[in-house]
Amino acid sequence: MTRTGGERIRAWALAGALIVATIGAAAWGPGARAADPIRVGFGMALTGGLAAAGKAALLAMEIWAQDTNDAGGLLGREVALVYYDDQSNPANVPGIYTKLLSIDQVDLVVSGYGTNLIAPAMPIMMSRDLVFMGLFGLAVNEQFDYDNYFQIMPAGPDPRLDWSRGFFSLAETLAPKPKTLAIVGADAEFSRNAMIGARAHAEAAALEIVYDRTYPPATVDYSPIVRAIQATKPNLVYVASYPPDSVGILRAAKEIGLKARMFGGGMVGLQYASIQTKLGPMLNGIVNYDFWVPEPTLNFPGINEFLAKYQAVAGDAGVDPLGYYLPPYAYSYVQVLGQAVEATQSLDHKILGAYIHGHEFDTVVGKVEFGANGEWARTRVLLVQFQGIEDKSLEQFTRPGSRVVLYPEEWVSGTLDYPYAE
Amino acid sequence: MFTFDLLANAIVAGVLLGGFYTAVSLGLTIAFGRLDVVNIAHPAFVILGSYTAYMVNAAFGVDPVLAGLAFTPAFFAIGVGIYRVYHASFERRGDESLRGLAFFFGLMFIVEVALILVYGVDYRLVDAPYIGATVSFGFVGVPMRMLVPFALALIMTIALQQYFVRTFMGRAIMAVSQDRLALQLMGADPTRVKQLAFGIALATASLAGAMLIVIGPVEPSMGRLYIGRVFAIVVLGGMGSVGGTLIAALLLGVIESLTATFYGPSWAPAVAFGFLLFALAVRPQGLFGR
Repeated sequence: MTRTGGERIRAWALAGALIVATIGAAAWGPGARAADPIRVGFGMALTGGLAAAGKAALLAMEIWAQDTNDAGGLLGREVALVYYDDQSNPANVPGIYTKLLSIDQVDLVVSGYGTNLIAPAMPIMMSRDLVFMGLFGLAVNEQFDYDNYFQIMPAGPDPRLDWSRGFFSLAETLAPKPKTLAIVGADAEFSRNAMIGARAHAEAAALEIVYDRTYPPATVDYSPIVRAIQATKPNLVYVASYPPDSVGILRAAKEIGLKARMFGGGMVGLQYASIQTKLGPMLNGIVNYDFWVPEPTLNFPGINEFLAKYQAVAGDAGVDPLGYYLPPYAYSYVQVLGQAVEATQSLDHKILGAYIHGHEFDTVVGKVEFGANGEWARTRVLLVQFQGIEDKSLEQFTRPGSRVVLYPEEWVSGTLDYPYAE
Repeated sequence: MFTFDLLANAIVAGVLLGGFYTAVSLGLTIAFGRLDVVNIAHPAFVILGSYTAYMVNAAFGVDPVLAGLAFTPAFFAIGVGIYRVYHASFERRGDESLRGLAFFFGLMFIVEVALILVYGVDYRLVDAPYIGATVSFGFVGVPMRMLVPFALALIMTIALQQYFVRTFMGRAIMAVSQDRLALQLMGADPTRVKQLAFGIALATASLAGAMLIVIGPVEPSMGRLYIGRVFAIVVLGGMGSVGGTLIAALLLGVIESLTATFYGPSWAPAVAFGFLLFALAVRPQGLFGR
């Protein structure tokens, strides 16, 4: 078969075009790639039981991405968040991160919200040696001992113990010294960890544990539980509960007239404005953990600017209108990652991991330094007490003095009002 | 620790809890027990009822239970509409067993996602003067936020039982799952009867939702937690017996409360479901089934 002159010309033209395209791609490829955004991938609870926290966290992360891009991005590139709804279901997590890493090919990964949704992602991160920033996981790394895991919740180097350290440190100062303790918590990962810590503190303080029980999810009425606690006449009641349980236990305690010198400890949900504004004065006297409250001792650079941006959009997003509890930390855990990328000028996970281990970070929740196990080098789980709550208005919870800090010493802003009820 | 006042309080708390369980289960007793419609979206409609009560309470300060009552006609209409779609798409073609189940499963997600889109995912609570108040009878304390739902559930049960026993349409609903042909010969249209019954089922779900938000906070996906318990009560009660549902719910409530008080709350569901298995082994048709 012979070719005509026209066919030869077309063949040469095609070959020439292919060569030009190949050279062009080689010359321009890296430049085009550098203009691509740095993609931060994660799963987040946008539906299901943890969605209230997950959506608030996402909002904070979007504010960080916007702030970062407004400031010129990272390594001169914009940042983009790539996320999927894990539906609050741990079973969805491995699939989400596999997709993020294999198909979406994200540059950086961070966790979704909560212990139950961080743990299933850990084996994937470990197998690929990736830096993994955790959002509110309690003692996750105790099982994995992974070098490149960093967790933003200020639980401290020994999370199980540090979580309730404030409650028991304060109990030690009461006069007369308390002798008996009741522990109650949900049948779930976080509560079990918190209860382990509480038992250890009780043993160290020679407190007699007179009630130690868990309750299942979907418990409707907490009156029988609180009555059983009341029957043991404890001096202290330590509760490790989730939001609906916290409300149920608190209401039952008020209805029954629970008597204890200190009551609270690890009640999730009492930090949310939607719950605070419905419980109102019922909250007075409760001592509970928290991570940030509008007290003068916790006025970190950038926190008020962040909260102003968050609160401006929280209403439309249907999330916590004040956003004191989780959102500043959701902003901070990507802030740490961003600062590490800028400081090292690298997206290499080994370099990033080493940098995060060796440096302190300035974030909207103050200075953050990680210990060897990826938890905060020093605990900053605050123990706060609700005081002077007069009604159910939202505004009073934005004022200093409504939740005074009692522990740790460095951040104290008030004194304990006790007993809770006797 | 055992004391008689603890025992008395545990029994009273269990009875009140059982009243609430009754309210949540009655709709499914009608839909699943009487109409053979496996409405697994039932708890999602309970939560929708909670949000309706919340919306009215937050906007106008209306009592959540009254708000729930006011919206029962709307839920009745929604129920009628859903049954029409279900009947036309699945039941009439004989596809209701698996595809119908998928339909209600999908409906559950639609309701949940719709609530998230409209209200967000934050926990919602209501205000009412009786929330937080307790009435005492000697050493027995009765929390009003449990007593009000119990009283309403009792009224609802009696009203439904009377309706089913004393009215033509009520008896038609009782008969529709037994013999459609006989019902047609009596001059009633089985599809219309089922439509009406499904509407009633959804109306009771909405009222139960109003009671739920009086008891505690709700969020859109909370309904999933109740699916197992609600079906268990309907089966234990005898699949379609209104009185049986009340007795089964009270039994489960009291068993849960006693277990939570004396043996530890984490055992409560295990003991309650153990009782269900035992009861079904002895009486497979349920306590009041035929």
